Amino acid sequence: MDLSFTSEEEQLRQKVRKFLEEEIPKSGLKSASEGREDKTWLGKAKAWQRKLYDAGYVALAWPREYGGQAMDPVKQSIVNEEMVRANAPYLVGGSGLGMFGPTLISWGDEEQKKRFLPKILTAEEIWCQGYSEPGSGSDLASLRTRAEINGDEFVVNGQKVWTSGAQYSDWMFCLVRTDPEAPKHRGISYILIDMKTPGITVRPLVQMTGDKGFNEVFFDNVHVPRKNLVAKLNEGWLIANATLFHERNMLGASTGSQQRFNRLLALAKKIRRNGKPLIEDPVFRQRLVDLEVKVEAMRFHSYRQLTDQMRGKNPGVEAMINKLVGTELNHDLATAAMEAMGDYSMLARDDEQALDSGYWPYEWMFSLGLVIGGGTSHIQKNIIAERGLKMPKSR
Amino acid sequence: MDFGISEEQQQLKNSAREFLTGECPTTFVRKVMASEDGAAAELYAQIAKLGWQGLIVPEKFGGAGLAMLDMAMLLEEQGYAAMPGPFLFSSVLAASALNEFGTDELQQKWLPALADGKAIGTLAIAEEDDGIEPASISTRCRNEGGELVINGRKMFVPYANVADFIIAAVRTGDAPNEVTFVTIDSKAPGVNIKILKSLDLTRRVCSVELKDVRVKSSAQLKGGLDALRRIIDTAAVAVAADSLGGTARALEMAVEYSKVREQFGKPIGSFQALKHAAAEIVADLEPARSLLWYAAYALDAEPKAAPRAAAMAKARLSEVYSRATDRAVLMHGGIGFTWEHDIHLWFKRSRFDESYFGSPPYHRERVAQLGGY
Repeated sequence: MDLSFTSEEEQLRQKVRKFLEEEIPKSGLKSASEGREDKTWLGKAKAWQRKLYDAGYVALAWPREYGGQAMDPVKQSIVNEEMVRANAPYLVGGSGLGMFGPTLISWGDEEQKKRFLPKILTAEEIWCQGYSEPGSGSDLASLRTRAEINGDEFVVNGQKVWTSGAQYSDWMFCLVRTDPEAPKHRGISYILIDMKTPGITVRPLVQMTGDKGFNEVFFDNVHVPRKNLVAKLNEGWLIANATLFHERNMLGASTGSQQRFNRLLALAKKIRRNGKPLIEDPVFRQRLVDLEVKVEAMRFHSYRQLTDQMRGKNPGVEAMINKLVGTELNHDLATAAMEAMGDYSMLARDDEQALDSGYWPYEWMFSLGLVIGGGTSHIQKNIIAERGLKMPKSR
Repeated sequence: MDFGISEEQQQLKNSAREFLTGECPTTFVRKVMASEDGAAAELYAQIAKLGWQGLIVPEKFGGAGLAMLDMAMLLEEQGYAAMPGPFLFSSVLAASALNEFGTDELQQKWLPALADGKAIGTLAIAEEDDGIEPASISTRCRNEGGELVINGRKMFVPYANVADFIIAAVRTGDAPNEVTFVTIDSKAPGVNIKILKSLDLTRRVCSVELKDVRVKSSAQLKGGLDALRRIIDTAAVAVAADSLGGTARALEMAVEYSKVREQFGKPIGSFQALKHAAAEIVADLEPARSLLWYAAYALDAEPKAAPRAAAMAKARLSEVYSRATDRAVLMHGGIGFTWEHDIHLWFKRSRFDESYFGSPPYHRERVAQLGGY
C-alpha cells in the first residue's frame, strides 16, 4: 500500500486543474448533464470533448494506434478526479468512451478498431446502445430483433427501446437474434449499425423528468454490412456482457458520487433552518456524514480495483457491486438534498426561485433512472448472489 | 499509487486463517466461553510461538515491528474465527499505547513481556456514563509526594481479570482537557476487579474499582488529550478490522446454509429473497474492506488523515457487521435462534464491536467536526 503519487503524476494533476479552470467557463456548457434541451447543446458538447481530447485528457489508457496514449490507468483516474473537483460537464461521447470502446478493444478486429475507435475519442461519432426491447428488459437474452443473413449483409427488423441519445447518435452497437432456433443466449450477435441507414426510425420518449432523453428505435429491413459483426456470429451474448460490465462500472463510478456529495455539502452549508445553517442540525449532520462515509468507501474501493487491474488480477465479486452501490448512493444523495431543501424541493428546475439552479429535483428523478438502467438493483443482486456467491439459480 | 495489500500481508492472512481453522474452531471457542476467565491461555501460548503478540511491538523490544495494516490482517482473521481472549486489547491497544506514549522505563518493563506473550495488558477509559471523551473521565489522579494516587471506577474494561497491568485514563485537574494515562499494576492494593456478565461470551469485560491506588510517578504515560485521541483512532481501526472478518464469516455461514437447506422442494438459496439479503451484505462488506485498509494504512503513513479515516471505518464497519449478523440469523430461520447453532457467536460479537470505543453516531459526529462542518 502506497498512496503517494509520482512527481510526473502530480504535474499532470496541476496541468489538468489549470486547464479545467480556464476552459470550463469558455465551453458555454452548464456543469454536469444540465441543459440538453438547448438546441445548441450538442455542438458545444462535442466541441468540449474535442478540446479535452486535443489537450490529451480523454481515454489516456487506450492503445496509441487507436488514438490513445497507452498510459497507466492511474493517470486516467487523476484526470477523472480533477474533472469531479472542477464539476466539469460530462462527455457527450460517454457511451462510446466508457462502454463500447473498451469492448471493441477486447473483441473487435483490427479494421473495426482502426475505423471506429479514433472517432469515439474526438466525439466525431457518437454511439448509442441497442439492447433493451419492449419484451426484453431484465430478461435481455429473450430479445427478438431479427438479423437475417443475405449475402454479405444482415437485414435487420425489430425494435429497441430506452435507447439513450439515439436522436443524436451516429452509430449503434446492437444485439440482434441471428439464430432463432438456438437456446436464447446462443443465438445472439453483436453488430454495429450506422444510424443513417434507410429503414431506421427514431421516436423520442418523454422521461418523467420532462426531457426527451431516450428513444424507441424501429428497424424496417435495415441493411448492415457483415463486416460490422463484432467477433463471431451467435457469440454476441459474451460480448454484450463485456459491455454491460463496462456500463455498470461507468454508471456506478465513484467520481459521480463524489461530485454529488460535494454539491450536497455546499447546499447544506448554505441553507438555513431555524436561524442556523442546516449543516449544524445534529440530525442532518448524521445523515450527511453517513452518506459521506459511503462515498469515501467507494472512492477507496475504486482505487483498490484500479490496483487490481494494474496487477493483472481478474475482477471478482468486489467488482460486481459497483453499479448497485454507486447508483443507489447517488439517488440517496439526491433524496437527502431534496429533504434539505424542504418546500423548495417542490420547484422544478426552470423556476426562478429554485435552489442550486434546480439541479436536485432533476437529479433526484434522473438518478432513480440510473438505478434501473444497465440492469436494475434487483438484477444486480441476483448477479452478485449467483455469479459472486454461487447461490443456486432460480430459473 | 498502489492501493492493495502486499503478498506478505496476504500470506499472513492466509496462514492465520489456516491456523485458526485448525486450532480455534467453534467447539474450542465454546469451551472458552464456558470457562471462568475466558482467556484461552493455551491458545495464547501457541500464538506466541507464531509471534502474533509481538507483531506491532518494535524489534528492539523483541517484536516484529510491523504496521497496523499487517495487524489488520490478523485481526480480520480473529474476527472471522470469533477468536476469544485479550489479543486485541493487550497486543494491539496496550502495546501501541506503550509504544507511542510510554516512557522508556514503561516500555522496557512491559513491551518485551507483551511481545512474547508473558504479560497481558488492557486499556480502561470509559466510566459510569460510558463516554470516551475527556468530559466523561472523572477518575482522579493527584500527585502526593512524588506518588500518584488514583480514585475512581472504570467500566467495560476488557480482560482486566487476567491482565497484569491496566492503562487507565485519569483526570489530573478540573479543566476539561486535563487528562492523561497511568499504568496500574492490577494486583496493586486498592484495585478491585469484577467480571461483568457479558452478552458476547467470546470476550470478558470488567468493572475496575480504584480506591487510593498508589503508583510511582514514572507510571504516567507521555501525552494527554493527544494520547487519548490517538488511542481512540487505533482502537477504532482495530475493532473495525475484527468487524470486517466477522461480517465475512456471517455472510459465508448464511450462504452455505442456504445452499443445503431445502424448502418447497429446492435449496432456499435459490429464492431471490435470500439472494438479495446476501447480495446486500456483499455490497456493504467490500467497499467497507477498502475503507478499512485505508484507515489502517493512514494510522501508519498519513497521521493527519488518520483520525477522519479511523472514525469513518469504525462508523461504517460497526453498522455493516451488526446488519450482516442480524440478516444472517434471519437467513438461518429457527435453527439460527438456537444456542446450539454457532451464528449467535457473531451476532453478539457484532454488538460488542459496535459499541466498544464509540458507536456509529459518535464517530459520524467526529467526522463532521474533523471536516469543519
